[in-house]
Amino acid sequence: MIAIIDYGMGNIHSVQKALELMGAKTIVTNKPVDIANCDKAVLPGVGAFDDAMEELKKQDLTAALTDFIKNGKTLLGICLGMQLLFDISEEAKASKGLGILKGAVKKFEAKNNLKVPHMGWNQLKVKASGCPLLKGITENSFVYFCHSYYPQPKDKGVIASSTDYGIDFASIVWQDNIYGAQFHPEKSQETGLKILKNFVDLC
Amino acid sequence: MLTKRIIPCLDIKEGRVVKGVKFLGLKDAGDPVEVARIYDNQQADELVFLDITASFENRKTLINLVEEIAENIFMPFTVGGGIRDITDIRDLLNAGADKVSINTAAVKFPDLISDASRKFGSQCIVVAIDAKKEDGGYWQVYINGGRTPADLGALDWASKAAKLGAGEILLTSMDYDGTKDGYDLPLTKAIAQRVNIPVIASGGAGKLEHFYDCFTKAGASACLAASIFHYQEYSVKQVKEYLNEKGVPVRL
Repeated sequence: MIAIIDYGMGNIHSVQKALELMGAKTIVTNKPVDIANCDKAVLPGVGAFDDAMEELKKQDLTAALTDFIKNGKTLLGICLGMQLLFDISEEAKASKGLGILKGAVKKFEAKNNLKVPHMGWNQLKVKASGCPLLKGITENSFVYFCHSYYPQPKDKGVIASSTDYGIDFASIVWQDNIYGAQFHPEKSQETGLKILKNFVDLC
Repeated sequence: MLTKRIIPCLDIKEGRVVKGVKFLGLKDAGDPVEVARIYDNQQADELVFLDITASFENRKTLINLVEEIAENIFMPFTVGGGIRDITDIRDLLNAGADKVSINTAAVKFPDLISDASRKFGSQCIVVAIDAKKEDGGYWQVYINGGRTPADLGALDWASKAAKLGAGEILLTSMDYDGTKDGYDLPLTKAIAQRVNIPVIASGGAGKLEHFYDCFTKAGASACLAASIFHYQEYSVKQVKEYLNEKGVPVRL
């Protein structure tokens, strides 16, 4: 069973439907006990970093998430949900991140005609071919991005794929049982569905 | 590399696609999910749904429709038409829209842009601008579906909208819309140069070259079109294959 964490930050319909289409049983929840009962969880999220952290705290979800990880269960953060896993963000005025992954979240610099947000279809460059999420995903596959901030992991070894937008940034991170995607797999047609299928198939 | 986007636009009335979508083999040309699927198969990069009734009574229908699309189509889509306040925006995003497009309300209450982008993130707030060239050579912003001049220059408004936190500009040229003579290159170029956020050009697509010109000469990040796709003059795929041959980065 996969817990899709619904903490009031944007829609979870597409994530849920996509996971179910890939054969998963899901539960949409914000209850720590439900999450603890699952073996996998997805932390989605669109919106502002501070608001998201506020909601996680208010709903007693920060400890639920760190415990989940400590117990060796598998977590996938998507977009803002991935950024929240890091220590800090340039977007945040008041909050720190969950600190599950070491590093900071940075803003793209709008220079040299670079438009920010980074919006649209861009390519994955595989850095860790052993990453289970990338099984069967070919180099330069397209996925859908929609963000102004990107994660900068302290340990470059966690970067499973990178993407070029002015700079080369981490588009998938992977550390043991923790996964994060800066793009939206649930909006990335076949490639995205394949990545979610890989997540569903993880033991 | 980030690719240039091709975006079909669908007009929605009371939960149905209107304005003649003519696909062979489509059971029901009015079903938004079915039409969206066709474009999904053609590798459209995104879809825009424009609610042209946009009345209070139809809001619920629209929300149900957005939920249905989000549950069936795994590609990004924007919903616009009649959005007045934060509640409208929240309802549409919660129903599964990836972005919302705001036009008249943004002009009347510019704070809506900053409030919404702070709350939901810039990336999901699209400001739609309908612009028309006036005597004297400047582009005037029109609101209320192109009926009312807003006494606002399009370049200044685009710039202000970006500063307030808009994530994207959906720019429609009222002079070119429906002409099939090509996109308004001077207008699109002027706006794309003025702002640091992506600009989606709209209005005037009739030939393959029009897309090419809009990307290479005017600097658009995306091109939106309706009838050229609905009437199957070209498929999205044909447009992208053409652009690819000409060296424009597209997702194939």
